[in-house]
Amino acid sequence: MHPALSVIFFTVVSGAGFGLVALTAALDVLGGVPGLGAQGTLVAVFIGASLAALGLMASTLHLANPKNAWRAFFRFRTSWLSREAVFAVLFYPTVLGYLLGLWFAGSAAQSPWTAVFAVLSMLLALIIVFVTSMIYASLRTIPQWNSPLVPANYLLLSLASGAVLLSCISALAGAPVQTVGTLALLLIFLAGVSKAVYFFWIGKPQGPTINTAVGMTRGQVRLLEAGQSSDSFLDREFGYQAPASKLRRRRLAVYVLAFIMPFVLIVGLLRTDSVVLAPFAVALLLAGLFIERWLFFAEARHTVNLFYGRQQC
Amino acid sequence: MKLGLVIDMDTCVGCHACGVACKQWNTSGTLGPLTDYQPYGAEPNGVAFNRIRSYEVGVYPNSKTVNMPMSCMHCDTAECVTVCPTGASYKREEDGIVLVDQDKCMGCNLCAWACPYGARELDEDSGTMKKCTLCVDRIYDENLPPEERQPACVLTCPTGARHFGDLEDPDSNVSRLVRDRNGQQSLPELGYNPVNHYLPPRPKPHAEVESGARSAALAERMKGWFGKAVGR
Repeated sequence: MHPALSVIFFTVVSGAGFGLVALTAALDVLGGVPGLGAQGTLVAVFIGASLAALGLMASTLHLANPKNAWRAFFRFRTSWLSREAVFAVLFYPTVLGYLLGLWFAGSAAQSPWTAVFAVLSMLLALIIVFVTSMIYASLRTIPQWNSPLVPANYLLLSLASGAVLLSCISALAGAPVQTVGTLALLLIFLAGVSKAVYFFWIGKPQGPTINTAVGMTRGQVRLLEAGQSSDSFLDREFGYQAPASKLRRRRLAVYVLAFIMPFVLIVGLLRTDSVVLAPFAVALLLAGLFIERWLFFAEARHTVNLFYGRQQC
Repeated sequence: MKLGLVIDMDTCVGCHACGVACKQWNTSGTLGPLTDYQPYGAEPNGVAFNRIRSYEVGVYPNSKTVNMPMSCMHCDTAECVTVCPTGASYKREEDGIVLVDQDKCMGCNLCAWACPYGARELDEDSGTMKKCTLCVDRIYDENLPPEERQPACVLTCPTGARHFGDLEDPDSNVSRLVRDRNGQQSLPELGYNPVNHYLPPRPKPHAEVESGARSAALAERMKGWFGKAVGR
Protein backbone atom coordinates (compact mmCIF):
# COMPACT_ATOMS: atom_id res chain seq x y z
CA MET A 1 0.00 0.00 0.00
CA HIS A 2 1.13 3.51 -0.76
CA PRO A 3 2.25 5.14 2.51
CA ALA A 4 0.38 8.46 2.37
CA LEU A 5 2.03 11.08 4.58
CA SER A 6 -1.29 12.65 5.65
CA VAL A 7 -2.62 9.33 6.97
CA ILE A 8 0.67 8.49 8.71
CA PHE A 9 0.71 11.89 10.40
CA PHE A 10 -2.97 11.61 11.31
CA THR A 11 -2.77 8.18 12.96
CA VAL A 12 0.45 8.90 14.88
CA VAL A 13 -0.35 12.41 16.10
CA SER A 14 -4.04 11.88 16.87
CA GLY A 15 -3.17 8.52 18.44
CA ALA A 16 -0.73 10.25 20.80
CA GLY A 17 -3.26 13.00 21.53
CA PHE A 18 -6.10 10.59 22.30
CA GLY A 19 -3.73 8.44 24.37
CA LEU A 20 -2.72 11.50 26.40
CA VAL A 21 -6.34 12.51 27.01
CA ALA A 22 -7.36 8.94 27.94
CA LEU A 23 -4.47 8.46 30.40
CA THR A 24 -4.75 11.90 31.97
CA ALA A 25 -8.51 11.52 32.43
CA ALA A 26 -8.07 8.02 33.87
CA LEU A 27 -5.45 9.19 36.39
CA ASP A 28 -7.56 12.25 37.21
CA VAL A 29 -10.56 10.07 38.03
CA LEU A 30 -8.39 7.69 40.07
CA GLY A 31 -7.31 10.52 42.37
CA GLY A 32 -5.45 12.99 40.19
CA VAL A 33 -2.29 12.99 38.09
CA PRO A 34 0.46 13.12 40.79
CA GLY A 35 1.61 16.68 41.38
CA LEU A 36 -0.21 18.25 38.45
CA GLY A 37 -3.34 19.63 40.10
CA ALA A 38 -6.34 20.91 38.16
CA GLN A 39 -4.28 23.47 36.18
CA GLY A 40 -1.62 20.99 35.07
CA THR A 41 -4.27 18.41 34.19
CA LEU A 42 -6.04 21.05 32.13
CA VAL A 43 -2.84 21.76 30.19
CA ALA A 44 -2.26 18.04 29.57
CA VAL A 45 -5.83 17.46 28.35
CA PHE A 46 -5.65 20.59 26.20
CA ILE A 47 -2.40 19.44 24.56
CA GLY A 48 -3.93 15.99 23.96
CA ALA A 49 -7.10 17.38 22.41
CA SER A 50 -5.06 19.78 20.24
CA LEU A 51 -2.80 16.99 18.96
CA ALA A 52 -5.89 14.93 18.17
CA ALA A 53 -7.44 17.87 16.31
CA LEU A 54 -4.21 18.45 14.38
CA GLY A 55 -4.21 14.81 13.31
CA LEU A 56 -7.87 14.79 12.35
CA MET A 57 -7.36 17.90 10.24
CA ALA A 58 -4.42 16.22 8.48
CA SER A 59 -6.64 13.23 7.74
CA THR A 60 -8.91 15.36 5.58
CA LEU A 61 -5.88 16.22 3.40
CA HIS A 62 -5.95 12.79 1.79
CA LEU A 63 -9.52 13.26 0.58
CA ALA A 64 -9.64 13.89 -3.15
CA ASN A 65 -12.98 15.69 -2.89
CA PRO A 66 -13.12 17.24 0.62
CA LYS A 67 -16.21 19.33 -0.13
CA ASN A 68 -18.29 16.19 0.43
CA ALA A 69 -16.57 15.33 3.74
CA TRP A 70 -19.65 16.41 5.72
CA ARG A 71 -21.52 13.44 4.25
CA ALA A 72 -19.19 11.07 6.13
CA PHE A 73 -21.44 11.14 9.22
CA PHE A 74 -24.32 9.25 7.65
CA ARG A 75 -23.23 5.63 7.30
CA PHE A 76 -22.60 4.91 10.98
CA ARG A 77 -24.28 1.51 10.78
CA THR A 78 -21.84 -0.09 8.32
CA SER A 79 -18.76 2.08 7.84
CA TRP A 80 -15.89 2.30 10.33
CA LEU A 81 -14.75 5.53 8.68
CA SER A 82 -18.17 7.03 9.30
CA ARG A 83 -18.07 5.85 12.92
CA GLU A 84 -14.69 7.53 13.30
CA ALA A 85 -16.11 10.80 12.01
CA VAL A 86 -19.11 10.61 14.36
CA PHE A 87 -17.05 9.77 17.46
CA ALA A 88 -14.49 12.46 16.61
CA VAL A 89 -17.26 15.03 16.49
CA LEU A 90 -18.74 13.75 19.77
CA PHE A 91 -15.31 13.89 21.41
CA TYR A 92 -14.87 17.66 21.16
CA PRO A 93 -17.93 18.88 23.12
CA THR A 94 -17.15 16.21 25.73
CA VAL A 95 -13.52 17.20 26.15
CA LEU A 96 -14.57 20.85 26.16
CA GLY A 97 -16.91 20.01 29.05
CA TYR A 98 -14.01 18.33 30.82
CA LEU A 99 -11.71 21.33 30.24
CA LEU A 100 -14.39 23.74 31.53
CA GLY A 101 -14.89 21.49 34.55
CA LEU A 102 -11.15 21.53 35.27
CA TRP A 103 -11.06 25.30 34.85
CA PHE A 104 -14.09 26.22 36.97
CA ALA A 105 -14.79 23.28 39.29
CA GLY A 106 -11.37 21.71 39.76
CA SER A 107 -10.15 18.17 39.16
CA ALA A 108 -12.31 15.06 39.00
CA ALA A 109 -11.69 14.38 42.68
CA GLN A 110 -13.17 17.76 43.59
CA SER A 111 -16.15 17.93 41.26
CA PRO A 112 -18.52 15.12 40.20
CA TRP A 113 -19.24 16.96 36.89
CA THR A 114 -15.58 17.05 36.00
CA ALA A 115 -15.41 13.35 36.82
CA VAL A 116 -18.36 12.53 34.52
CA PHE A 117 -16.80 14.46 31.63
CA ALA A 118 -13.40 12.92 32.39
CA VAL A 119 -14.79 9.37 32.14
CA LEU A 120 -16.69 10.20 28.94
CA SER A 121 -13.61 11.85 27.38
CA MET A 122 -11.48 8.84 28.27
CA LEU A 123 -13.98 6.38 26.78
CA LEU A 124 -14.42 8.40 23.58
CA ALA A 125 -10.64 8.80 23.14
CA LEU A 126 -10.14 5.03 23.43
CA ILE A 127 -13.13 4.30 21.18
CA ILE A 128 -11.81 6.61 18.45
CA VAL A 129 -8.38 4.94 18.44
CA PHE A 130 -10.09 1.55 18.24
CA VAL A 131 -12.41 2.69 15.45
CA THR A 132 -9.49 4.16 13.47
CA SER A 133 -7.66 0.85 13.69
CA MET A 134 -10.80 -1.03 12.63
CA ILE A 135 -10.89 0.94 9.37
CA TYR A 136 -7.75 -1.02 8.50
CA ALA A 137 -8.42 -4.23 10.38
CA SER A 138 -11.81 -4.73 8.73
CA LEU A 139 -10.35 -4.98 5.21
CA ARG A 140 -10.28 -8.60 4.08
CA THR A 141 -8.36 -7.53 1.00
CA ILE A 142 -5.18 -6.89 3.00
CA PRO A 143 -4.13 -9.93 5.07
CA GLN A 144 -1.50 -7.91 6.99
CA TRP A 145 -4.23 -5.62 8.32
CA ASN A 146 -7.09 -8.05 8.74
CA SER A 147 -6.03 -9.07 12.24
CA PRO A 148 -7.02 -8.39 15.86
CA LEU A 149 -3.35 -7.47 16.42
CA VAL A 150 -3.94 -4.23 14.51
CA PRO A 151 -6.43 -2.67 16.98
CA ALA A 152 -4.29 -4.03 19.85
CA ASN A 153 -1.22 -2.28 18.41
CA TYR A 154 -3.03 0.97 17.74
CA LEU A 155 -4.44 1.11 21.28
CA LEU A 156 -1.17 0.18 22.99
CA LEU A 157 0.93 2.56 20.87
CA SER A 158 -1.56 5.34 21.46
CA LEU A 159 -1.50 4.78 25.23
CA ALA A 160 2.29 4.41 25.31
CA SER A 161 2.82 7.67 23.43
CA GLY A 162 0.23 9.34 25.67
CA ALA A 163 2.07 8.09 28.77
CA VAL A 164 5.44 9.38 27.52
CA LEU A 165 3.84 12.74 26.69
CA LEU A 166 2.26 12.89 30.16
CA SER A 167 5.62 12.03 31.78
CA CYS A 168 7.19 14.86 29.81
CA ILE A 169 4.44 17.32 30.83
CA SER A 170 4.74 16.24 34.50
CA ALA A 171 8.53 16.52 34.42
CA LEU A 172 8.45 19.98 32.83
CA ALA A 173 5.83 21.09 35.37
CA GLY A 174 8.13 19.97 38.17
CA ALA A 175 5.72 17.31 39.37
CA PRO A 176 6.86 13.88 40.62
CA VAL A 177 7.08 11.49 37.65
CA GLN A 178 7.27 8.20 39.59
CA THR A 179 3.71 7.05 38.77
CA VAL A 180 3.37 8.29 35.19
CA GLY A 181 6.95 7.29 34.37
CA THR A 182 6.40 3.74 35.63
CA LEU A 183 3.13 3.59 33.69
CA ALA A 184 4.99 4.77 30.56
CA LEU A 185 7.62 2.05 31.00
CA LEU A 186 4.93 -0.62 31.31
CA LEU A 187 3.01 0.63 28.26
CA ILE A 188 6.15 0.98 26.11
CA PHE A 189 7.04 -2.61 27.02
CA LEU A 190 3.56 -3.93 26.21
CA ALA A 191 3.38 -1.98 22.94
CA GLY A 192 6.82 -3.28 21.94
CA VAL A 193 5.84 -6.89 22.63
CA SER A 194 2.57 -6.52 20.76
CA LYS A 195 4.35 -4.98 17.77
CA ALA A 196 6.90 -7.81 17.81
CA VAL A 197 4.06 -10.35 17.69
CA TYR A 198 2.63 -8.43 14.72
CA PHE A 199 5.94 -8.38 12.84
CA PHE A 200 6.34 -12.10 13.47
CA TRP A 201 2.78 -12.81 12.36
CA ILE A 202 2.99 -10.97 9.02
CA GLY A 203 6.39 -12.49 8.23
CA LYS A 204 5.00 -15.39 6.26
CA PRO A 205 2.63 -14.75 3.32
CA GLN A 206 -0.64 -16.39 4.27
CA GLY A 207 -3.23 -14.65 2.12
CA PRO A 208 -4.86 -15.57 -1.19
CA THR A 209 -2.69 -16.68 -4.13
CA ILE A 210 -2.45 -15.76 -7.80
CA ASN A 211 -3.92 -19.19 -8.53
CA THR A 212 -7.29 -18.54 -6.93
CA ALA A 213 -7.23 -14.97 -8.28
CA VAL A 214 -6.94 -16.13 -11.89
CA GLY A 215 -8.87 -19.32 -11.17
CA MET A 216 -6.12 -21.68 -12.38
CA THR A 217 -5.30 -23.82 -9.38
CA ARG A 218 -3.62 -26.78 -11.07
CA GLY A 219 -0.48 -25.14 -12.37
CA GLN A 220 1.92 -22.30 -11.90
CA VAL A 221 0.53 -18.91 -12.95
CA ARG A 222 2.65 -15.96 -13.92
CA LEU A 223 1.86 -12.58 -15.38
CA LEU A 224 2.67 -12.32 -19.08
CA GLU A 225 1.39 -8.85 -19.68
CA ALA A 226 -0.22 -6.22 -17.47
CA GLY A 227 -1.97 -4.78 -20.51
CA GLN A 228 -0.82 -1.21 -19.96
CA SER A 229 2.12 0.90 -21.04
CA SER A 230 2.41 2.92 -17.81
CA ASP A 231 1.26 2.77 -14.22
CA SER A 232 -2.38 3.31 -13.35
CA PHE A 233 -4.16 4.30 -10.14
CA LEU A 234 -4.02 0.65 -9.09
CA ASP A 235 -0.21 0.56 -9.32
CA ARG A 236 0.20 3.89 -7.56
CA GLU A 237 -2.20 3.05 -4.73
CA PHE A 238 -1.54 -0.66 -4.17
CA GLY A 239 1.69 -1.51 -5.98
CA TYR A 240 4.09 0.12 -3.52
CA GLN A 241 6.98 -2.17 -2.75
CA ALA A 242 10.09 -1.46 -0.74
CA PRO A 243 13.21 -3.62 -0.85
CA ALA A 244 13.38 -6.18 1.97
CA SER A 245 16.63 -4.69 3.29
CA LYS A 246 14.99 -1.27 3.68
CA LEU A 247 12.04 -2.83 5.53
CA ARG A 248 14.44 -4.66 7.87
CA ARG A 249 16.38 -1.50 8.61
CA ARG A 250 13.18 0.42 9.32
CA ARG A 251 11.89 -2.31 11.64
CA LEU A 252 15.14 -1.98 13.56
CA ALA A 253 14.72 1.79 13.60
CA VAL A 254 11.19 1.38 15.01
CA TYR A 255 12.54 -0.73 17.84
CA VAL A 256 15.40 1.58 18.67
CA LEU A 257 13.50 4.87 18.32
CA ALA A 258 10.00 4.02 19.47
CA PHE A 259 10.67 1.48 22.19
CA ILE A 260 14.27 1.06 23.40
CA MET A 261 15.39 4.71 23.49
CA PRO A 262 12.23 6.13 25.14
CA PHE A 263 12.34 3.25 27.65
CA VAL A 264 15.97 4.02 28.54
CA LEU A 265 15.30 7.76 28.69
CA ILE A 266 12.28 7.31 30.98
CA VAL A 267 14.34 5.02 33.23
CA GLY A 268 16.93 7.80 33.26
CA LEU A 269 14.24 10.34 34.14
CA LEU A 270 13.04 8.18 37.02
CA ARG A 271 16.56 7.56 38.34
CA THR A 272 18.18 10.95 37.91
CA ASP A 273 15.33 13.47 37.83
CA SER A 274 17.03 15.24 34.90
CA VAL A 275 14.05 16.82 33.22
CA VAL A 276 15.77 17.34 29.83
CA LEU A 277 15.48 13.59 29.10
CA ALA A 278 11.68 13.76 28.86
CA PRO A 279 11.35 15.91 25.68
CA PHE A 280 13.93 13.68 24.00
CA ALA A 281 11.87 10.60 24.87
CA VAL A 282 8.80 12.21 23.28
CA ALA A 283 10.66 13.26 20.12
CA LEU A 284 12.29 9.85 19.62
CA LEU A 285 9.05 8.00 20.30
CA LEU A 286 7.07 10.08 17.79
CA ALA A 287 9.84 9.72 15.18
CA GLY A 288 9.82 5.96 15.77
CA LEU A 289 6.04 5.83 15.46
CA PHE A 290 6.17 7.70 12.14
CA ILE A 291 8.44 4.94 10.82
CA GLU A 292 6.21 2.30 12.42
CA ARG A 293 3.15 3.71 10.65
CA TRP A 294 5.08 4.01 7.37
CA LEU A 295 5.91 0.29 7.71
CA PHE A 296 2.27 -0.50 8.49
CA PHE A 297 1.40 0.76 5.00
CA ALA A 298 4.56 -0.30 3.16
CA GLU A 299 4.32 -3.90 4.36
CA ALA A 300 0.61 -4.27 3.58
CA ARG A 301 -0.04 -6.27 0.43
CA HIS A 302 -3.41 -5.74 -1.23
CA THR A 303 -4.93 -8.59 -3.29
CA VAL A 304 -4.89 -6.40 -6.43
CA ASN A 305 -1.17 -7.21 -6.58
CA LEU A 306 -2.09 -10.83 -7.36
CA PHE A 307 -3.50 -9.71 -10.70
CA TYR A 308 -0.20 -7.96 -11.42
CA GLY A 309 1.87 -11.08 -10.85
CA ARG A 310 2.46 -11.38 -7.09
CA GLN A 311 2.24 -15.05 -6.15
CA GLN A 312 0.74 -14.60 -2.68
CA CYS A 313 -0.40 -11.73 -0.50
CA MET B 1 -32.15 -10.08 -10.46
CA LYS B 2 -28.37 -10.37 -10.37
CA LEU B 3 -27.06 -8.88 -13.57
CA GLY B 4 -23.49 -9.71 -14.42
CA LEU B 5 -21.00 -10.95 -16.95
CA VAL B 6 -19.73 -14.38 -17.83
CA ILE B 7 -16.35 -14.27 -19.54
CA ASP B 8 -15.03 -17.19 -21.53
CA MET B 9 -11.30 -17.53 -20.91
CA ASP B 10 -11.20 -20.24 -23.56
CA THR B 11 -12.14 -17.96 -26.41
CA CYS B 12 -10.84 -14.61 -25.17
CA VAL B 13 -7.85 -13.65 -27.30
CA GLY B 14 -6.82 -10.65 -25.22
CA CYS B 15 -7.40 -8.08 -27.97
CA HIS B 16 -8.46 -5.29 -25.57
CA ALA B 17 -11.47 -4.44 -27.76
CA CYS B 18 -13.76 -4.65 -24.69
CA GLY B 19 -11.53 -2.18 -22.85
CA VAL B 20 -11.60 0.24 -25.76
CA ALA B 21 -15.37 -0.07 -26.24
CA CYS B 22 -15.88 0.41 -22.49
CA LYS B 23 -13.79 3.54 -22.43
CA GLN B 24 -15.50 4.91 -25.54
CA TRP B 25 -19.04 4.34 -24.24
CA ASN B 26 -18.53 5.24 -20.62
CA THR B 27 -16.43 8.34 -20.99
CA SER B 28 -19.65 10.10 -21.96
CA GLY B 29 -21.81 7.82 -19.78
CA THR B 30 -23.29 8.03 -16.27
CA LEU B 31 -19.96 7.98 -14.42
CA GLY B 32 -17.95 9.68 -17.16
CA PRO B 33 -15.62 11.16 -18.09
CA LEU B 34 -12.91 8.52 -17.72
CA THR B 35 -10.13 11.05 -17.35
CA ASP B 36 -6.83 10.47 -19.13
CA TYR B 37 -3.65 11.84 -17.62
CA GLN B 38 -1.09 13.05 -20.17
CA PRO B 39 -2.72 11.13 -23.07
CA TYR B 40 -0.07 12.33 -25.54
CA GLY B 41 2.75 12.54 -23.00
CA ALA B 42 5.51 10.19 -22.00
CA GLU B 43 3.40 8.07 -19.66
CA PRO B 44 -0.17 7.99 -20.88
CA ASN B 45 -2.56 6.54 -18.31
CA GLY B 46 -5.99 7.16 -16.94
CA VAL B 47 -9.20 5.82 -15.49
CA ALA B 48 -10.43 2.52 -16.92
CA PHE B 49 -13.38 0.36 -15.91
CA ASN B 50 -12.10 -2.70 -17.68
CA ARG B 51 -8.52 -3.93 -17.65
CA ILE B 52 -7.25 -6.91 -19.59
CA ARG B 53 -4.27 -8.86 -18.31
CA SER B 54 -2.59 -11.96 -19.71
CA TYR B 55 -1.13 -14.87 -17.79
CA GLU B 56 0.86 -17.94 -18.57
CA VAL B 57 -0.48 -21.01 -16.82
CA GLY B 58 1.64 -24.13 -16.45
CA VAL B 59 5.09 -24.91 -17.79
CA TYR B 60 5.95 -25.62 -21.43
CA PRO B 61 4.92 -27.87 -23.17
CA ASN B 62 1.84 -28.01 -20.95
CA SER B 63 1.41 -24.26 -20.80
CA LYS B 64 -1.31 -21.95 -21.95
CA THR B 65 -1.86 -18.25 -22.26
CA VAL B 66 -4.97 -17.12 -20.42
CA ASN B 67 -6.41 -13.66 -20.92
CA MET B 68 -8.44 -12.22 -18.09
CA PRO B 69 -10.47 -9.08 -18.69
CA MET B 70 -11.59 -7.66 -15.36
CA SER B 71 -14.22 -5.13 -14.50
CA CYS B 72 -16.49 -4.75 -11.48
CA MET B 73 -17.82 -8.14 -10.34
CA HIS B 74 -20.97 -6.53 -8.85
CA CYS B 75 -20.41 -8.72 -5.77
CA ASP B 76 -23.28 -10.07 -3.71
CA THR B 77 -21.31 -9.15 -0.58
CA ALA B 78 -20.10 -5.78 -1.82
CA GLU B 79 -17.84 -4.49 0.95
CA CYS B 80 -16.99 -1.46 -1.16
CA VAL B 81 -20.55 -0.37 -0.41
CA THR B 82 -20.58 -1.09 3.32
CA VAL B 83 -17.26 0.68 4.00
CA CYS B 84 -18.37 3.85 2.20
CA PRO B 85 -18.80 6.58 4.86
CA THR B 86 -20.85 8.95 2.71
CA GLY B 87 -23.34 6.56 1.13
CA ALA B 88 -22.02 7.46 -2.33
CA SER B 89 -21.44 3.77 -3.11
CA TYR B 90 -24.60 1.76 -3.43
CA LYS B 91 -25.84 -1.56 -4.74
CA ARG B 92 -29.13 -1.45 -6.57
CA GLU B 93 -31.87 -3.58 -5.01
CA GLU B 94 -33.51 -4.41 -8.33
CA ASP B 95 -30.57 -5.72 -10.37
CA GLY B 96 -27.52 -5.82 -8.08
CA ILE B 97 -25.53 -3.24 -10.05
CA VAL B 98 -22.98 -1.41 -7.85
CA LEU B 99 -22.69 2.29 -8.62
CA VAL B 100 -21.07 5.42 -7.17
CA ASP B 101 -23.07 8.61 -6.76
CA GLN B 102 -20.56 11.16 -8.03
CA ASP B 103 -22.34 13.98 -6.18
CA LYS B 104 -21.78 12.32 -2.78
CA CYS B 105 -18.29 10.80 -3.12
CA MET B 106 -15.55 12.51 -1.07
CA GLY B 107 -12.68 10.56 -2.63
CA CYS B 108 -11.37 8.83 0.50
CA ASN B 109 -10.28 5.69 -1.45
CA LEU B 110 -11.59 3.33 1.23
CA CYS B 111 -13.88 1.49 -1.24
CA ALA B 112 -10.93 0.94 -3.57
CA TRP B 113 -9.03 -0.53 -0.61
CA ALA B 114 -11.98 -2.79 0.21
CA CYS B 115 -12.29 -4.11 -3.36
CA PRO B 116 -10.13 -7.21 -3.89
CA TYR B 117 -10.35 -6.94 -7.68
CA GLY B 118 -9.10 -3.40 -8.30
CA ALA B 119 -12.41 -2.54 -9.92
CA ARG B 120 -12.53 0.97 -8.50
CA GLU B 121 -10.27 3.77 -9.63
CA LEU B 122 -10.04 7.29 -8.32
CA ASP B 123 -10.40 9.99 -10.95
CA GLU B 124 -7.69 12.39 -9.86
CA ASP B 125 -9.32 15.15 -11.87
CA SER B 126 -12.83 15.04 -10.42
CA GLY B 127 -11.64 13.63 -7.07
CA THR B 128 -14.31 10.95 -7.12
CA MET B 129 -14.33 7.17 -7.37
CA LYS B 130 -15.23 5.64 -10.72
CA LYS B 131 -16.15 2.11 -11.66
CA CYS B 132 -17.90 -0.17 -14.14
CA THR B 133 -21.64 0.56 -14.37
CA LEU B 134 -22.45 -2.60 -16.31
CA CYS B 135 -23.52 0.01 -18.89
CA VAL B 136 -26.62 0.79 -16.85
CA ASP B 137 -27.22 3.57 -19.36
CA ARG B 138 -27.39 1.06 -22.25
CA ILE B 139 -29.10 -2.02 -20.92
CA TYR B 140 -32.34 -0.22 -20.02
CA ASP B 141 -32.35 2.23 -22.94
CA GLU B 142 -35.58 1.64 -24.81
CA ASN B 143 -34.42 3.78 -27.71
CA LEU B 144 -31.90 1.08 -28.57
CA PRO B 145 -32.98 -2.03 -30.48
CA PRO B 146 -33.45 -4.90 -27.94
CA GLU B 147 -30.39 -6.83 -29.14
CA GLU B 148 -28.19 -3.80 -28.43
CA ARG B 149 -29.37 -3.41 -24.81
CA GLN B 150 -26.18 -5.01 -23.55
CA PRO B 151 -22.95 -3.65 -22.09
CA ALA B 152 -20.61 -2.14 -24.68
CA CYS B 153 -17.87 -4.68 -23.90
CA VAL B 154 -20.22 -7.60 -24.62
CA LEU B 155 -21.46 -6.15 -27.91
CA THR B 156 -17.99 -5.42 -29.20
CA CYS B 157 -16.21 -8.67 -28.31
CA PRO B 158 -15.06 -10.11 -31.65
CA THR B 159 -14.83 -13.68 -30.35
CA GLY B 160 -18.10 -13.69 -28.44
CA ALA B 161 -16.22 -14.41 -25.23
CA ARG B 162 -18.37 -12.09 -23.12
CA HIS B 163 -21.93 -12.87 -22.06
CA PHE B 164 -24.36 -10.68 -20.18
CA GLY B 165 -27.42 -11.76 -18.26
CA ASP B 166 -29.19 -12.51 -15.01
CA LEU B 167 -27.14 -14.93 -12.93
CA GLU B 168 -29.95 -15.41 -10.44
CA ASP B 169 -32.24 -16.97 -13.05
CA PRO B 170 -31.14 -20.62 -13.37
CA ASP B 171 -32.48 -20.83 -16.94
CA SER B 172 -30.69 -17.77 -18.30
CA ASN B 173 -28.01 -18.17 -20.92
CA VAL B 174 -25.29 -17.06 -18.50
CA SER B 175 -26.39 -19.40 -15.70
CA ARG B 176 -26.42 -22.28 -18.18
CA LEU B 177 -22.93 -21.43 -19.37
CA VAL B 178 -21.67 -21.33 -15.77
CA ARG B 179 -23.27 -24.72 -15.11
CA ASP B 180 -22.14 -26.44 -18.30
CA ARG B 181 -18.62 -25.07 -18.40
CA ASN B 182 -17.81 -25.09 -14.67
CA GLY B 183 -17.80 -21.33 -14.41
CA GLN B 184 -15.72 -20.05 -11.52
CA GLN B 185 -15.28 -16.91 -9.45
CA SER B 186 -12.09 -14.99 -8.79
CA LEU B 187 -10.82 -15.15 -5.20
CA PRO B 188 -13.89 -17.06 -3.93
CA GLU B 189 -12.16 -17.62 -0.56
CA LEU B 190 -12.52 -13.94 0.37
CA GLY B 191 -16.29 -14.39 0.47
CA TYR B 192 -17.29 -11.37 -1.60
CA ASN B 193 -19.49 -13.65 -3.77
CA PRO B 194 -18.69 -11.97 -7.08
CA VAL B 195 -21.57 -12.23 -9.56
CA ASN B 196 -19.31 -12.26 -12.64
CA HIS B 197 -17.99 -15.69 -13.53
CA TYR B 198 -15.11 -16.91 -15.66
CA LEU B 199 -15.32 -19.99 -17.86
CA PRO B 200 -12.01 -21.88 -17.65
CA PRO B 201 -10.26 -23.02 -20.84
CA ARG B 202 -11.59 -26.29 -22.22
CA PRO B 203 -9.13 -29.18 -21.94
CA LYS B 204 -7.28 -29.50 -25.23
CA PRO B 205 -4.44 -31.67 -26.44
CA HIS B 206 -1.09 -29.94 -26.21
CA ALA B 207 2.00 -30.57 -28.32
CA GLU B 208 2.12 -34.28 -29.05
CA VAL B 209 4.08 -36.29 -26.59
CA GLU B 210 4.74 -39.92 -27.41
CA SER B 211 3.03 -41.95 -24.79
CA GLY B 212 2.03 -45.57 -25.66
CA ALA B 213 2.27 -48.51 -23.32
CA ARG B 214 5.26 -49.02 -21.09
CA SER B 215 7.84 -51.34 -22.54
CA ALA B 216 7.59 -54.85 -21.18
CA ALA B 217 9.88 -56.30 -18.57
CA LEU B 218 13.15 -57.94 -19.64
CA ALA B 219 11.87 -61.48 -19.08
CA GLU B 220 8.81 -60.82 -21.27
CA ARG B 221 10.98 -59.37 -24.05
CA MET B 222 13.29 -62.39 -23.88
CA LYS B 223 10.28 -64.66 -24.22
CA GLY B 224 9.08 -62.73 -27.27
CA TRP B 225 12.50 -62.86 -28.87
CA PHE B 226 12.71 -66.56 -28.26
CA GLY B 227 9.24 -67.04 -29.73
CA LYS B 228 10.34 -65.31 -32.94
CA ALA B 229 13.87 -66.67 -33.13
CA VAL B 230 13.16 -70.33 -32.51
CA GLY B 231 11.59 -71.98 -35.52
CA ARG B 232 8.79 -74.42 -34.96
